[in-house]
Amino acid sequence: MNLNFFMQNLINALQWGSFYALIALGYSMVYSILMLFNFAHGDIFMVGAYIGLGVSLVLLKIVGSGAAALVPGWVVLVATILISMFLTAFVGIIVERVGYRPLRDAPRASAAITGLMIGIILETSNILFLGGQRLAFPQLIESQTYNLGGVFITNKKIMIVLVSIGLMTTLHQFVTRSRWGMAMRAMAYDFVVVPLVGVPLNTIAVMTFAIGSALAAAAGILFGLAYPVLDPYMGVSFGWKAFVAAILGGRGSIMGACIAGFMLGFIEIMTVPGIQIVNRLFELNIGSNLRDLIAYSIVLAILVFRPHGLFGEPYSAKLRL
Amino acid sequence: MRKGLLLMVTLIGLGLALSPAAGAANDVIRLGFPIPLTGENPDVGASSKNAAEMYLKQVPTVVVAGKTYALKFVYEDNEFKAESAVKAITKLITEEEVLGVIGPQASAQAVPAGEVANNYATPMISPWSTNPNTTLNRPYVFRGCFLDPFQGPVAANFATEEFGAKKAAVLYDIASDYPKGLAEFFKQAFEKIHGPGAVVAFESFTTGDKDFSAQMANIVASGADILFTPQYYSEVPLIVRAAKENGFSKPIMGSDSWGSGDLMGLCGDDCKGLFFSTHYAAAGAQGATKAFIDQYSAAYGKTPDDVAALTWDSLGLMIQAIQNTGGLSGDIKADRTKVKDALAAIKDYPGITGKMTFTPEGDPIKCAVVVKINDQGQFAFHKSVCP
Repeated sequence: MNLNFFMQNLINALQWGSFYALIALGYSMVYSILMLFNFAHGDIFMVGAYIGLGVSLVLLKIVGSGAAALVPGWVVLVATILISMFLTAFVGIIVERVGYRPLRDAPRASAAITGLMIGIILETSNILFLGGQRLAFPQLIESQTYNLGGVFITNKKIMIVLVSIGLMTTLHQFVTRSRWGMAMRAMAYDFVVVPLVGVPLNTIAVMTFAIGSALAAAAGILFGLAYPVLDPYMGVSFGWKAFVAAILGGRGSIMGACIAGFMLGFIEIMTVPGIQIVNRLFELNIGSNLRDLIAYSIVLAILVFRPHGLFGEPYSAKLRL
Repeated sequence: MRKGLLLMVTLIGLGLALSPAAGAANDVIRLGFPIPLTGENPDVGASSKNAAEMYLKQVPTVVVAGKTYALKFVYEDNEFKAESAVKAITKLITEEEVLGVIGPQASAQAVPAGEVANNYATPMISPWSTNPNTTLNRPYVFRGCFLDPFQGPVAANFATEEFGAKKAAVLYDIASDYPKGLAEFFKQAFEKIHGPGAVVAFESFTTGDKDFSAQMANIVASGADILFTPQYYSEVPLIVRAAKENGFSKPIMGSDSWGSGDLMGLCGDDCKGLFFSTHYAAAGAQGATKAFIDQYSAAYGKTPDDVAALTWDSLGLMIQAIQNTGGLSGDIKADRTKVKDALAAIKDYPGITGKMTFTPEGDPIKCAVVVKINDQGQFAFHKSVCP
């Protein structure tokens, strides 16, 4: 494996990992506050992508597209991301209000399956309203491919990785520096006692769902730019894998979820050239389709040696950085 | 009341007089069409009937060994259902006493109907059915289109002739029958031309995957001259995108699955300039194909689809076979077998979807059409490629 080839895969892995990281954050935050996993989160990612599709089509209609556009494409893109994050946050709030708040005192298992059911409801309503056929995500910015000495990189890949890291940094600042962030950390420390000192649990829970969903929406739009075919079930396997990243990072750890997301992307992408090398060395004929089998066996092995994840601590789920 | 009765009697009498069984004269050749005029897919039936009616208008009579016969077509609705298809073809053969059958179109109806046609020793051509079982071990059953596996050699030949490709890459979904089969057939055919190991990257994924960047990096590193990807319209845009972003600037080619669904709506500019093999292309057609398309468009106000074109050719084949029998005896059973033998013996029939010769199994050896997606996003005829 020469250097160029490695760099090419590394760049691809960075982009792929960005999506896992952004979605894993939503799982991690909700878990740290409410001690449960929101299994509808993968489908909120899907809803975010579709909302982004709708918003961008409306915006394109208003400002026009191509040479006659009133504003350049990136302005539309930024507006699409912000508006969709805002709208998808409300989807998250509704999910919390309908699916989780009424069950807050119910057994854990009941709260866990509500997420699955809400996920199915979101998928099937999408089919109901949009007919279930694949939709193309409008390419708001012109795709440019740069050749850096044999390594190919696109403007979109750079943008996706930078925007993801930017959003994660913003979240980090919010949680560490702001009063609300402090309230979230306190709630994560103990959601029974902290409300007694006047921090409203419902507000914090709503905020957590809203932030997680907004990040998922951003991931959905970035995903639409990179992989412009949307389908109602796009969030299912993606959600599961991001969930793996959240656990791998250490439950409740923001930094852990980010790093584990990128790591998962790296393992998945690098498995393919890895298979090729093994094939060449041992004259085997293993197909690239075994990527997930091998990648997730590696994840399993990591968990065997670090059962609490990369940044997890035993018996603790508090929101850490 | 009496007037009504009289009218009824007259109508029945008229019906009897005009009904085909009553007037089954020797100088009429009757062909049956068990096609879906209603049901889930009436468009298929409409296309078949349109093509047949147009043919009848153009060729109302046929001369067989000096004797002139009038052509007569009988349409039976198969409702796009297997049971109805069996009923329809049985009625056509036993009651309408047709000499031959064109249809059914889809494999779901053509497979059971083929069984009936073969049992009654009546020649049948299914224009559109691609399932191998339609004609398998049925000497009386033929088809008008090529089978799925056939496109592998077509793509391999095209890549070799058109691009001078010596090394090829394949990217396919290993969990889906059609792409998997076709990928393997392509590999076999390409390595037969260029020697073992000529397929330098044989990359797979599983249904639902969205990211192909890692496979594409392998493909780029393998130094392949062409990428063959027999995938569906929803995956092609993502594959093409991954190729562009990872610096794969060589040609990309696909199979007839590209043509189903809204490929251009999803893929946009990325897919322009790419190639795929299929049955027939309306845009950019020439010669007899163009004449057919122009006539059809003028008559029905729409471009003929592959069903219409293949029906036209199947009908042409049947008529050609009837003429080749060298005379009909008037004994319908003997004549049917004669037509079957003549069909099997046809060499290089010049159809609008390509030249056709039947294998002993009743499947045509014909050239596929390679389509280039032009700058307007149309699937334009590029080249006819033979196996």
